[in-house]
Amino acid sequence: MSADGFQTLIHAKIRLALHPLEDRPGPRLLLLHGLGQRSPKQTPNEIRDWPGSVFALDFTGHGASTIPRGGGYTAELLMGDADAALEKIGPATLLGRGLGGYVAAMLAGARAQLVRGAIVCDGPGLAGGGTEPGKSTGPIVADSTDRAPDPFALLELATDLRPPDYASTFARQALAGSTATPPVTVCALERPEWLTAWLGSPAATPGTLADALRRYAQMQ
Amino acid sequence: MTDPHDHDADAEHVVYPGARRADRRRSVDSYGIEIAVYEWGDRDAPVLLLAHGGFDFARTYDVFAPMLADAGWRVVSWDQRGHGDSQHAALYSWGADGRDALAVLDSTTDTPVAVVGHSKGAGVTMDLVHGLPERFTRFVNIDGLPSARPQPDVSDHERTRMAARTTAAWLDHRRAIASKSRRPGSFDELAKRRGRMNPRLSIEWLRYLVSAGARHDPDGWRWKLDPSMRFGGFGPWRPDWSLRRMPKFPRPMLALLGMMPEEMGSGLTPDDVRPHLPPGTQLEVFSDTGHFIHIEKPREVADLVLRFLRDSNP
Repeated sequence: MSADGFQTLIHAKIRLALHPLEDRPGPRLLLLHGLGQRSPKQTPNEIRDWPGSVFALDFTGHGASTIPRGGGYTAELLMGDADAALEKIGPATLLGRGLGGYVAAMLAGARAQLVRGAIVCDGPGLAGGGTEPGKSTGPIVADSTDRAPDPFALLELATDLRPPDYASTFARQALAGSTATPPVTVCALERPEWLTAWLGSPAATPGTLADALRRYAQMQ
Repeated sequence: MTDPHDHDADAEHVVYPGARRADRRRSVDSYGIEIAVYEWGDRDAPVLLLAHGGFDFARTYDVFAPMLADAGWRVVSWDQRGHGDSQHAALYSWGADGRDALAVLDSTTDTPVAVVGHSKGAGVTMDLVHGLPERFTRFVNIDGLPSARPQPDVSDHERTRMAARTTAAWLDHRRAIASKSRRPGSFDELAKRRGRMNPRLSIEWLRYLVSAGARHDPDGWRWKLDPSMRFGGFGPWRPDWSLRRMPKFPRPMLALLGMMPEEMGSGLTPDDVRPHLPPGTQLEVFSDTGHFIHIEKPREVADLVLRFLRDSNP
């Protein structure tokens, strides 16, 4: 545990900051922040009734996690970040805002046995960079910095492409392997096409955050 | 039993007919990642960029590049991040490789240049030419054209299981790589391992590659390639996207296809690619050659490239 109260996880060459916000027996909840944001220092009000432990993860290039040199971000890399947190804390419900919601949904498919329900909420980076590239794809250039959030993360993850059929592959994986019903709950009002693809599958349903938390807590 | 010391004394002196080390070696800082750059030929000659394929390195051009340099070009190649003598990065992506390539180009000249790319290196540089046509004059694609591989003929259920296995394997790899290093072996073991990926290349050439692309550690030889890299994977990119814009490619193109099936090859046929090629593209098919056309037939490919560079109008 660091002096700032977070645990350090190793994901490949990245040191990730995992913040334990509540330490209680019972179901685990992992918070995944939006693009350019960082973990909250305290448990947000809307999840204070969660009956078990609450953790929050700083993604690569965000918060207290490593800022790598030279960029190279993908949403899949961030899915690996969240998976490293699951390896540490065990099976958990995921609550993602914006970009964290996209990552939570992907991981609900890719680690269907470990994700005990994923909740997708509005926040920065929910839409990504659309469903296909523009007519001309040129290189994105940012300046390196030692301060979070990494400008490369902001640029590369804001233009991250999310075709609906790609999102659907994760929805099918979640449906095939998850013990949560439904595997994903969508609280977000914004509905980018990747999220509409999820909602077109039985793997996701719209719902309120309070209901989703209650349902997934009982399932664990 | 591995003898870590075999051939270590003479690795520096492994030779291959026609292979010539770069005339100059320098480094470029690409947003904090140190990129190793190699040059053959006269400093004042027109620049020709060479981009290597995935899991390769610039010195795989040690035979091909001197042929181009001797014909009057300043040939510039580089080890992509995590490959050869370039720095291992924390993150890798197609976009990052494009930025690194542009950093090398910026460090070389601000005059438009011709570019040759092999395999993944062709794909990355094709994107650069699309995005920044004013920086390029002509383009040679060596067995790196985009393809829309047909989906395997399996049920949706089985397809979902295959995708799940792929993503789970990738995540498992990510969990394990912090403590991983490349497997050591003797000098000749590394050459033989590489031969499994490149079954058509001679053992003499593979040994030469080990001398350039591996390092000698106390417990044996290891490829310099970042151990965090692995074949395969997944992502949102759709081959259709590349195919759709290829007819609008903004510069003259020479495209080479190797037809002999290989693990690293694309498996594309001329009929697969012809409908998508930009008008005027020169397509050359090597029916008896694999994915590494420029290594199997360096003289023939060099002559084709030189003729194309001479005759095409930028």
